[in-house]
Amino acid sequence: MTDNGKPKKFQEKMELNVALFMLTLAIAVSIGGLVTVVPLFYLNSTWEDRATTPDGKPKNPELSSVRPYSALELAGRDIYIREGCYTCHSQMIRPFRDEKERYGHYSLAVESKYDHPFQWGSKRTGPDLARVGGKYSDQWHEAHLLDPKSVVPESVMPRYPWFAKATLDPNCVVSSMKGMKMLGVPYTDEDISKAPAMVQGKTEMSAIIAYLQVLGTMVKFEEGKDYRD
Amino acid sequence: MEPRQGEPQYNFVIVQFFAIMATVYLVVGALVGVYIAAELAWPALNFDIPYLTFGRLRPLHTNAVIFAFGGCTLFATSYYIVQRTCYTRLWSDKLAWITFWGWNAVIVSAVVTLPLGITSGKEYAELEWPLDILIAVVWLSYMFNFVMTVASRKVSHIYVANWFFMAMQVMITYLHVVNSLAIPVGLFKSYSIFAGPQDAMVQWWYGHNAVGFFLTAGFLGIMYYFVPKQAGRPIFSYRLSVIHFWTLIFGYVWIGGHHLQYTALPDWSGSLGAAISLAMIIPSWGGAVNGMLTLSGAWDKLRTDYTLRFLIVSLAFYAMSTFEGPLMSIRTVNALSHYTDWTVGHVHSGALGWVAMVSMGAIYHLVPRLWNTELYSTKLVNTHFWMTTISIVFYISAMWVSGIMQGLMWRAYDEQGTLMYSFAESVAAMHPYYALRWFGGTLFLLGTIVMLFNVLMTVTRARTAPALAHASA
Repeated sequence: MTDNGKPKKFQEKMELNVALFMLTLAIAVSIGGLVTVVPLFYLNSTWEDRATTPDGKPKNPELSSVRPYSALELAGRDIYIREGCYTCHSQMIRPFRDEKERYGHYSLAVESKYDHPFQWGSKRTGPDLARVGGKYSDQWHEAHLLDPKSVVPESVMPRYPWFAKATLDPNCVVSSMKGMKMLGVPYTDEDISKAPAMVQGKTEMSAIIAYLQVLGTMVKFEEGKDYRD
Repeated sequence: MEPRQGEPQYNFVIVQFFAIMATVYLVVGALVGVYIAAELAWPALNFDIPYLTFGRLRPLHTNAVIFAFGGCTLFATSYYIVQRTCYTRLWSDKLAWITFWGWNAVIVSAVVTLPLGITSGKEYAELEWPLDILIAVVWLSYMFNFVMTVASRKVSHIYVANWFFMAMQVMITYLHVVNSLAIPVGLFKSYSIFAGPQDAMVQWWYGHNAVGFFLTAGFLGIMYYFVPKQAGRPIFSYRLSVIHFWTLIFGYVWIGGHHLQYTALPDWSGSLGAAISLAMIIPSWGGAVNGMLTLSGAWDKLRTDYTLRFLIVSLAFYAMSTFEGPLMSIRTVNALSHYTDWTVGHVHSGALGWVAMVSMGAIYHLVPRLWNTELYSTKLVNTHFWMTTISIVFYISAMWVSGIMQGLMWRAYDEQGTLMYSFAESVAAMHPYYALRWFGGTLFLLGTIVMLFNVLMTVTRARTAPALAHASA
């Protein structure tokens, strides 16, 4: 490659010159990344809410309802990350009939637009959680997190008794929200100033439940509409 | 140790340190793996202790086997190979010790922070930002030392094993720096600067190329030195190594998207990844064939040389898992296999069968040469070989069955057109296979303990009775 039809000569030059070898390597291994990763950052097709109708109007205006997590939900999400929930639960429903019936409408990119980092996961030792919000009551979640087998006898999930005891640190939530704001999540100063009062005295249990209950509920989908090209 | 006559003064002490730590971390990583495998079969083992839950220990397992064991093996072998094939001492002993102590500091910190739940939440890159910075410093010092050693070589051409190590060094630098970009919100907490689908693609560009460059290119570098050395024959084909090297490192970078098929990423992303994945069978098998055919005319050595057995069987597993990978990236297969244990089985056929076995072969080759003695017991090498091979067969068979079964149960419909199984029923159905996988993993762990014992006895004997060791060398 990269040698105008004289592979041996260029190969030999590289084998004799470590700087040339390293330079060629640096170029050769960057191309695939540039082609597969970079376009997602500037193509509008990455985000379904940027799709337009032929006359230039937004095709999916209902997707603008995706909002940043509230202070309590964000604290819950931090717990979700801390406990490594993504090692057993996905948050990405694929467009198959069985997944639709089991979990709900297939996931859209725009639904995780404020997810730093993404939590789509890669393994379903437990079920997908992308649309678990509203599926069970808060009481069910509490019972399930304290002792999963009490509500799902077949479960192999650990028990999380410490969620009920630990309380949230308002300072942590504030610095989390400020960090997210720096990354472009549209929190207002008011959101951040109200955050300590929202989480003050609350347990980790109430935070993780608030997070689970909002998952997949921000968009009201139109029946039968195709959100992907 | 005393240099042999006519040889330059190599720095083999650093290789000794890394080789011992690689053997120790293999036991540690496998032990954590066996424990979390047991948790899936018998969840009571989580003991309501936060630090022992599956979700916190699983990242510790992956970090321990990939970066602690894999990393130390790569440092040991690459520092050895670069000196032998360039006929010169390491450029800087100081940088080499920075690699050793820095890397071990990262590993010890990982053992402390991951069970505490200090994690960035990015799979295979869980360590938090202060450790990410330390990793970058250590890695760059390693790369610089390696390249400078190559630059000061006493032979004209750069040997093929070093191409693979240099490719790994360049790509891992890219991957680690880009994927770790984050905003710190505390000493132990940060958020990835990427979000949603963009973070997903960056993450799998990183994740798949950690496999492609750390666990494949790096270990192919090991293969290209130790297989011809142990077999006492030159590599089968120079031309094949040139072609397969460039196609492998060029192509691997494109295929991260195959982990994200049918997700909310634009379709071209997953399809492009899958298409290139299929084509990757050719360079992958090019490497496997080049290694195996190095033995042509000397196959009888496999009967008596147990170290060679590890090396050759590792290539068989490499060929098998690089066939299975492209197969699993075909859309219709991926629709079934994704999210299931099949993926876990695939990873382990590569990790245990290829990476661990080629490393074991390399370490069994290295230890007697580094301490100028003979192995304490070649019989134990053979015992270890069979324990490892059989354990892997148990492990991957269990995961094939459970993975395909999960995939089929999730999509099964009854005559009324409703889903046949609840998710919980599929969990219950996995129990026997999780138990079987635990058994396979335990057998593998016992094998690594046999290896550690053999290596430590070899070293102890060489140190306590150097005269005897020299006499038998």
